[in-house]
Amino acid sequence: MSLWQKHAIFEKNSIVLLLGILVMIAVGGLVEIVPLFYLKNTIEKVDGVRPYTPLELAGRDIYVREGCYLCHSQMIRPLRDEVERYGHYSLAAESMYDHPFQWGSKRNGPDLARIGGKYSDDWHRDHLRDPRSVVPGSIMPGYGFLENTDLDYAHIQQNMKVQAMLGVPYTDDMISRAREDVVTQDTADSPDAVDLAKRYPKVNARSFSGKGGRVTEADALIAYLQKLGTEVDFKMYDDKANIR
Amino acid sequence: MADEHKHIDPLTGTATTGHEWDGLRELNTPLPRWWLWLFYLTIVWSVGYWIVYPAWPLLTNSTQGLLGYHSRAAIVDDLNALQAQRGPMMAKLASASTVDILADPQLIDFARAQGRVAFADNCAPCHGAGGAGARGYPNLNDDDWLWGGKIADIEQSIRYGIRSGHDKGHQGNMPPFKDVLKPAEMSNVADYVRSLSGLSTEAGADLKAGQKIFADNCAACHGDAGKGNREVGAPNLTDKIWLYGSDKATIVQGLQQGRGGVMPVWEGRLSEPVIKALAVYVYGFGGGEK
Repeated sequence: MSLWQKHAIFEKNSIVLLLGILVMIAVGGLVEIVPLFYLKNTIEKVDGVRPYTPLELAGRDIYVREGCYLCHSQMIRPLRDEVERYGHYSLAAESMYDHPFQWGSKRNGPDLARIGGKYSDDWHRDHLRDPRSVVPGSIMPGYGFLENTDLDYAHIQQNMKVQAMLGVPYTDDMISRAREDVVTQDTADSPDAVDLAKRYPKVNARSFSGKGGRVTEADALIAYLQKLGTEVDFKMYDDKANIR
Repeated sequence: MADEHKHIDPLTGTATTGHEWDGLRELNTPLPRWWLWLFYLTIVWSVGYWIVYPAWPLLTNSTQGLLGYHSRAAIVDDLNALQAQRGPMMAKLASASTVDILADPQLIDFARAQGRVAFADNCAPCHGAGGAGARGYPNLNDDDWLWGGKIADIEQSIRYGIRSGHDKGHQGNMPPFKDVLKPAEMSNVADYVRSLSGLSTEAGADLKAGQKIFADNCAACHGDAGKGNREVGAPNLTDKIWLYGSDKATIVQGLQQGRGGVMPVWEGRLSEPVIKALAVYVYGFGGGEK
């Protein structure tokens, strides 16, 4: 009678089975997940990555709400064809303030990790309204309602507080100014833009709808998209330094 | 228990698992041997992976593996191999000026091949697959250039963009006139602008008044005759080519809210030879100027 034969104990006592499962998963987690938090070759600090502005964060929520991640990835893998098409491969640090990350696993549409600055705001608006008006072969549905819906950012401060709890370095100052910052970023030539850029370096502050006025969901989404993948200056980034 | 394992189901002749539930027994059909051994073999194979590839987490770093493989090193090698494969032509493209490229038929062919691929991925979303453009995105096939159609002009537009925020990018946009002109004035000047290219005007339109308004407000950029000005990207209004549309409502809308399409900066995003290849490719659409 070996230990092998004792499985009846697990099969007949649900609590014991539950504990057994817990132990098994804990082993898996310890071996596969915990090392990623301390291993030298999985952690990399990168200059330039900053937390999302309130408007970008709200746009990110629209991105998640509309399920963009179901068809678009945000992960350029270190493979030749991907780097040739989309640009430098994604760094883990570039999604360090994403909770949860939007790497995705499916590419019905192109990867969006470096979409920021690739097209104009006008293009994004046209494309969201009617993708086929600019890309005839596109299979993306239209999201025209986004530009007709006012952005609801009543809870943006709570949202930022939760992000801060998860480790995003939002300061009290950033959180207390969040609601004004939403409007400032979506306004052309706002006098507060300089101040905004101090809190969020390299921020794109302009009227994303091109006509000013109310802040719509499309504005927030475009602000988010125009920021993606633009923070790290790859002229300064040393590919070899992080091979370790 | 050991005895139970030997219990043979009389109907099938197969051993049972030894479990019994209210008289029901479960057949213990063995896995096919070939499958089972393949399975064991894959386990043995994985040990090889531990040895040659990075695998086990240690105190500060993971094991590096005998092959010294690193995906980030691999991509650098792959890209270097690509460079080598594209070889001296790519280097020539990088060092030659676009004017020199146009003087070398072999380089033109190479640049066009490169440009065609890069255009499809980067430019076609706005300018269309064949460069035919769309409403608000200029047609690149015609000889009507907003910012100049010489090879150097095209290269500059690609490199630094238009109203892109880059210091060297083209600046200047059409301001909104909704607070400057009254609706009747806009209507008259819109009809006048249509008349410049021989389009019909609305009955009762005061073209004389429109001309006056044009001279006062529009001529500074579009020129007295409406021929446009490439310094500021003001389109020629006397031809039949319209960026946003030639109907009166579109012209009035443009007057009200202004116009200013944006082309992004491509320097930095695209490599030096690719930018030049794109310029040569677009130049070759048919509208390139000497």
